[in-house]
Amino acid sequence: MTLPRQRRARRQRAFRIVTFVVLGAFFLIPLVSMVDFSTRGTAGSGRTGEAWGALLHDPELTAAIITSLELAALTVIGMVLLLVPTMVWVRLRVQWAARMVEFLCLLPLTIPALVIVVGIAPVYAWVTYFLGGSALTLTFAYVVLVLPYAFRSLDAGLSAIDLTTLSEAARSLGAGWFTVIARVVVPNIVSALLSAAFISVALVLGEFTFASLLHYDNLQVVIAFFGKSNAKVSVSASLAALIFGFVLLLLLSLLGRGRKGRRTTAIEPLAVTTPAGKEVKG
Amino acid sequence: MSASALETREGVEVRLEGLHREFSGVRALDGLDLTLRPGELVALLGPSGCGKTTALRLVAGLDDPDSGRVVVGDRDVTHVPANRRDMGMVFQAYSLFPHLTAQQNVEFGLKLRRVDRSKRAGRARQMLELVGLASQADRFASQLSGGQQQRVALARALAIQPAVLLLDEPLSALDAKVRAQLRDEIRRVQLEVGTTTLFVTHDQEEALSISDRVGVMNQGRLEQLAPPEELYTAPSTAFVAAFVGLMNRIPCRVEAGRASVLGATVRVTDRSVTSGEGIAMVRPEQLVVEASDAGSAEVLQVSFLGSVTHVRVRTADGHELLSQANGAEAARLTVHTPVRVRLVADQLLVSSD
Amino acid sequence: MIKAARRALPSLGMVPFLGYLTVFLFIPTVIVVVGAFQDDGRPTLDNVRALGSGPVLHALRQSLVVSASTAVIGAVVGGLLAYAVVTCKPDGAVRRAVTSACGVLAQFGGVMLAFAFIATLGFSGAVTTLVKDSVGVNLYGSGWLFDVPGIILVYSYFQIPLMVIVFLPALDGIKVQWREAAENLGASTWQYWRQVAGPLLLPAFLGSTLLLFANAFASYATAAALVSQGNPILPLFIRSALTSEILLGRANLGYALALEMIVVVAIVMTGYALLVRRTSRWLR
Repeated sequence: MTLPRQRRARRQRAFRIVTFVVLGAFFLIPLVSMVDFSTRGTAGSGRTGEAWGALLHDPELTAAIITSLELAALTVIGMVLLLVPTMVWVRLRVQWAARMVEFLCLLPLTIPALVIVVGIAPVYAWVTYFLGGSALTLTFAYVVLVLPYAFRSLDAGLSAIDLTTLSEAARSLGAGWFTVIARVVVPNIVSALLSAAFISVALVLGEFTFASLLHYDNLQVVIAFFGKSNAKVSVSASLAALIFGFVLLLLLSLLGRGRKGRRTTAIEPLAVTTPAGKEVKG
Repeated sequence: MSASALETREGVEVRLEGLHREFSGVRALDGLDLTLRPGELVALLGPSGCGKTTALRLVAGLDDPDSGRVVVGDRDVTHVPANRRDMGMVFQAYSLFPHLTAQQNVEFGLKLRRVDRSKRAGRARQMLELVGLASQADRFASQLSGGQQQRVALARALAIQPAVLLLDEPLSALDAKVRAQLRDEIRRVQLEVGTTTLFVTHDQEEALSISDRVGVMNQGRLEQLAPPEELYTAPSTAFVAAFVGLMNRIPCRVEAGRASVLGATVRVTDRSVTSGEGIAMVRPEQLVVEASDAGSAEVLQVSFLGSVTHVRVRTADGHELLSQANGAEAARLTVHTPVRVRLVADQLLVSSD
Repeated sequence: MIKAARRALPSLGMVPFLGYLTVFLFIPTVIVVVGAFQDDGRPTLDNVRALGSGPVLHALRQSLVVSASTAVIGAVVGGLLAYAVVTCKPDGAVRRAVTSACGVLAQFGGVMLAFAFIATLGFSGAVTTLVKDSVGVNLYGSGWLFDVPGIILVYSYFQIPLMVIVFLPALDGIKVQWREAAENLGASTWQYWRQVAGPLLLPAFLGSTLLLFANAFASYATAAALVSQGNPILPLFIRSALTSEILLGRANLGYALALEMIVVVAIVMTGYALLVRRTSRWLR
């Protein structure tokens, strides 16, 4: 005789297995297909690593990879310089602005990137006038793009430490504001900084909208361009960028787990934050 | 109060017979037998992990026993699913449905039983009055205090006129003052409706103060089932003796069923140790301390607890004992006062370990 | 005076942040809004009027179809997946693996995703070839992958995991006690879902669906890489407006289209915020 509870547990397990297998297939097949497609031989048979070799040898592609990596680095620097002092300062001295800063930081989630691009073109005319037409000027737009995600990471990190007490202690020992931020706060939010940096890098490496519509060549623009002439190279470059991004984001989710305090991680877009109800049991 | 017009249901007998339950190799219940008389409130008391909550969940049908039976009245309900068992249950906390008001929560079970709307509302109102919350009927759980939530949960459980009322540590999430108040409230309501009730708790004060009988559980078994006074004054096992109330464990010699403890010789209640070495179980109030220059013991600590004072002393042979003193005597005791310790008891429980 | 000035002094620390956002976020947004009502510096309603023209309406309708269908697909499938996840052990490896994977996949849009599907279901994609060789059916058809049906399929790839991430906290908020209490009071499984879990989860579910809708509606890169010709959806129409300078005879049509996009997203996100507020009050 099977009891209703066992039947329910068995039904749940069956449901779980079916769901995981079917959806697992849906998510894995495109990835496996990329491997197959990018290594296919020219005559329709056999395997070749040509498309993967192009990642290192094609001058246009390598230049784009370098541009995107430089952009990622500059965006991280810009994001940290803009966000960390502001967020620390708000917590310590300008508490009334806390909600406003949060609202502003999360705003780019609701204003579509495409809309910002449409409006930012005239602004970029000025940027080009002052700084020249290098693709690296995209950094300015990218800092805005990564703002919500970086904010979430840093906010979680700062919430986990008692910032006021730490800074008061440091200042009573004779530290100035710069020292407080650089020598006391930053070392205590390293993992939050790392997650903010990872998510920023992942977003910048995958960015296409701004670059393509403002006519700069970054990695994604060049991948899309190659699609018309040599789709295999596009696919191999996509897969490479993808794997790199996966690794970064997986590291990020691991970092998120190790952190105490708020459970929101940077990769949750506008998550419904409900503290998990604790189950009590006798 | 319209509680006088309350429709109640005759209490029924509940029998737990040889219940066994294992959780991945750990024995939560190891042959539990327990009979609740009709209308009786029985508390299951024990340390965490003793199986008391498991027992309750088996009665509720929220878990299935590996073997054994649960019988309610004449009906074997062992394999009846929880939703057809007709049991009212109050959980530890957070069990109110958050999208419903207090009134709607209480009506929930009646609605499932297709009680018509006006009768349902009337009955729910009556139950809320019974627990003193009629004025909060339209509030949501998030607008009620912890104690109020538990009252609503009690009203909800009783609204369906359950055969049995099950209370799963309903007070443990509340603060001390509310806890004592609600405890007495639960007892008042239970006596009023006369429903057979099983109450699980780890708090002995709770168990002793409102139950008809208390069952002390240990390692999945029932150690003793007795009225509160009997449990305290005549514990049948060393575990019960140590678990209920405070207890001194004093090494002693037993000969021919009599033990010599602190210079006195008293009858041994338990037959397990008839001669040789044993440990006598002595309550603090069975030890009287008196200041005396000739005394061989010394006061270590005096704790004033209001109605009584606890005095910790060290005897000449190095044992620490906890004794109780009344106001007048206690005032004369300070640390290092030499004292005499006297045993006032006719009989004692002596354990072999 | 001096006291007041001193008190206001710390606020100056906000200047770099606010200045930066002004230049790179507010001014662009204002340019869009103002530009939508301007032509050559003169105020006009012609751009906004042009939104009512056939091709724009068609693109908007298609966009709404894509967003609504991927939101519903994502919400239903993602909801099921999220439910499968909560029935796992709370700290088990399966749950951790699935949530991490979803976190990654929800971010995986754009050009790379488009090429993933081209490599799978494109003219010589791996699955296309496999099915043609083994069953003899041509999955590629007449190129549906590069039109609305394809966009819907490809978007589902990031919508489903996004649903898992936003819906999981709500599912986690459902307490075991509620199920047990309902069971005790006589509810069958169906009655429990109908009267307790359903009403509790509905706002969060609808809210998540709206978020998915907005996410799809605002997406550009994936569709842009997939569809190189034609303007089946609104974001691609904006691309045309930007690259061809003058579209439908209006230089500033791009601004009006972008404004339309802001309005739709703002409406949807307001609905989302309202629903979330309702759930978080219950599931405290």
